[in-house]
Amino acid sequence: MVRIDFNRLRFLVIDDNAHMRRIVRTLLHGFGSREVYEAEDGAAGLEAFTHYIPDIVITDWAMPIFDGLELTQMIRQPGANANPYVAIIMLTGHSEKKRVTSARDAGVTEFLAKPISAKGLYQRIVNVVANPRSFIKTTNYFGPDRRRNVNPNYGGPDRRKGGKADIIRQAPLLEKVRAPG
Amino acid sequence: MSSPKDSAAIATYGDHEVITPENKLRKLVTIKPLMPGEMDPVVRAENALAELSTEFTSWMESECDRLHKARRAVADGGFTVANKNALFRASHDIKGEAATFGFPLVAVAADSLCRLIEHTPEAARIPIKLVDQHVDAVRAIYREYASSDAKELAATLTKRLREVTDEFLVYENRDRPEVLEQIMGPPLVPEQSG
Repeated sequence: MVRIDFNRLRFLVIDDNAHMRRIVRTLLHGFGSREVYEAEDGAAGLEAFTHYIPDIVITDWAMPIFDGLELTQMIRQPGANANPYVAIIMLTGHSEKKRVTSARDAGVTEFLAKPISAKGLYQRIVNVVANPRSFIKTTNYFGPDRRRNVNPNYGGPDRRKGGKADIIRQAPLLEKVRAPG
Repeated sequence: MSSPKDSAAIATYGDHEVITPENKLRKLVTIKPLMPGEMDPVVRAENALAELSTEFTSWMESECDRLHKARRAVADGGFTVANKNALFRASHDIKGEAATFGFPLVAVAADSLCRLIEHTPEAARIPIKLVDQHVDAVRAIYREYASSDAKELAATLTKRLREVTDEFLVYENRDRPEVLEQIMGPPLVPEQSG
């Protein structure tokens, strides 16, 4: 199985709901994490992000001051902070197609719909650590490559131009995780 | 683990760049089986959550109280931006947490209230009575959770609430086909599968 040394990962959990922060912290500690920082809104989250420089940000969407989507857009500013490439996991009660697409287009790395489960969170963390995607920078987007897979049957217009080199192949993580031993 | 001195390889193309940041986390990954007697980290986390679960009933209670207060604020002061946001966040939190707390049936009624608030173009047109019915349903389902007919009660309440809410939303969004499609369409994210 794919295993991660959680003891050396630094997390920042941003959620305005104290109960949910406690649940996420409990799960992360259960995985073996020791460094888990918390913030209760987007503004405090951005400040904590700058201060602690976490490896992985787990953020809610609906929060006061500014929400998880706005926070993601602020983090995904090349040159504006210490790590614009940080892995961002959006943990939210939203699950509608429009929401998922908006989160992806803001630069969210992984999307995890509530209710949270230990397995779901673990898989998202394994994914961002073991199979990180390259970043794409265009005039109107900066974030993880939104193409997770190459679709040979795709016949629509290309969003970007530049030949074969912009196709980033990715090993299917799920198979690795499911593989015994 | 993080360092502000991370480097990245950049490939430039006609209208975009492909940036491959240095992955300092990869060395934390190993692929090997569990040792004899070693516990799967997911099981360990589930056990930790089970220990925490003694708190869940009181947390559910406080979330229901919060929703009730938000409803009272709307009834007293109308759908101001602050009142609307507070009501939405309270119902949205219940939608996301109730199953974790052991009350999945409560989440359905809370979800219906979220839809009502989120998809009504003018919040002031939301009937307070419909808000009250949702909040009362959330609290009743939670309160009666241990009773033998809780499931039937929840199903009846939430089905009717959803029907009335959908009817209202369809009318309020009758000139917004793109919103109607979103309202009536299924979620992209499947129900939690683990």
